[in-house]
Amino acid sequence: MSKQQVKMTVNGNEVSGEVEGRTLLIHFLRENLGLTGPHIGCETSHCGACTVDMDGRSVKSCTLFAVQAENADITTVEGMAAADGTLHAIQEGFMQEHGLQCGFCTPGMIMRTHRLLQENPNPTDEEIRWGISGNLCRCTGYQNIVKAVRYAADKLNETTQEAAE
Amino acid sequence: MIPGDFEYYRPNSLDEAVKLLATHGDDARVLAGGHSLIPMMKLRLAAPECLVDLGSIESLSGISENGGDITIGAMTTQHEMIASTLLTEACPIIRETALLIADPQVRYCGTLGGNVANGDPGNDMPALMQCLGASYLLQGPEGSREVEARGFYEAAYFTELNDGEILTGVRFPRPVAGHGYAYKKLKRKVGDYATAAAAVMLTMDNGSCTAASIALTNVGDTPLFAQAASGALAGTAVDAAAVDQAVALAEGITEPASDGRGPAEYRTKMAGVMVRRAILEARERAQ
Repeated sequence: MSKQQVKMTVNGNEVSGEVEGRTLLIHFLRENLGLTGPHIGCETSHCGACTVDMDGRSVKSCTLFAVQAENADITTVEGMAAADGTLHAIQEGFMQEHGLQCGFCTPGMIMRTHRLLQENPNPTDEEIRWGISGNLCRCTGYQNIVKAVRYAADKLNETTQEAAE
Repeated sequence: MIPGDFEYYRPNSLDEAVKLLATHGDDARVLAGGHSLIPMMKLRLAAPECLVDLGSIESLSGISENGGDITIGAMTTQHEMIASTLLTEACPIIRETALLIADPQVRYCGTLGGNVANGDPGNDMPALMQCLGASYLLQGPEGSREVEARGFYEAAYFTELNDGEILTGVRFPRPVAGHGYAYKKLKRKVGDYATAAAAVMLTMDNGSCTAASIALTNVGDTPLFAQAASGALAGTAVDAAAVDQAVALAEGITEPASDGRGPAEYRTKMAGVMVRRAILEARERAQ
């Protein structure tokens, strides 16, 4: 088994590690870096629990090899809150709107929402539902997740507007 | 689920990639977006000993127009095609089709080249490329060649692509301005392959159809270009009789499997329904 060195930026920190070619990104994040926010759900690229942000794209880290992320800029749910622990508007939205029950899908939902709102800051409910269609939740029935995304969009837009004034 | 072990290469140029494939022969596979191959490797249904990742070859990405032809690089992702203003304006059926593939995360990674080269009859882009009259650009140790999408597919996962060749891009003539188009896909849920799907492009002139093209997804071992059905629309007003005939001819070439998506007879009928809906919408959209 030949190993190779990979390096990437994760949540703003430069990290590196030795991996096999077949090491999946999700395993590198969880086992080498101890970032257990991204979850291993279906392992078949359906459920989206392993979603992280990579170079401005939401990706399923169970369906990428760590070596493919060489030099990539990655954000996991651990990188969302501020250094002082203040929750990101999206995390706050999921809390305020009760956008989770068991919480297993939540890190993936939050990371997908993060990219969705970067690309479409003011989505309709329908656009939110299509936008999170690669993330499965078996508890909520999605209604409160949609509300949580809406809450986050409104709060982020308010902040942007205040900054402009 | 852990894939088998393999050697990983990430060349920076197409030449280097072709050389790597020549060196490693049958043991090597090309890695594009990886969203078909990696799941297969995790299930150990594929176990290449060597992966040649095309992800760092910049010349394989991008969408351009030259002399009336549109060329899309093999590593262009579904997401990039959806976001392309050139495609949205010149050939909106690509965006319409890409939006029906898998889910947003998969579309950020999945590439046009991977989708058409893999030979999976469930993939949506092959039938669309047949509908558009596209050619595939192939590069191998002996040089480059072009193969028409309509002649590329031999059986499920068997294509004209030779060992050691890489599909580098897709080229098709820019569709006539004002053409009508539609891609209709019946699927059980987001992320599913089609129970049946149909791509239709047509051009209307003074109420008469001057050109039509129909192709079908996932109702046979390969994507199916429905030549006779296309011919049944040309020269007509795309009236009820012509549509009925095109639907019947399209249904006639299907050979779907009976599987979790339904019995073969049902899937043939659904192919007909998709063809009918796509024709009607394309006619509506044609100017």
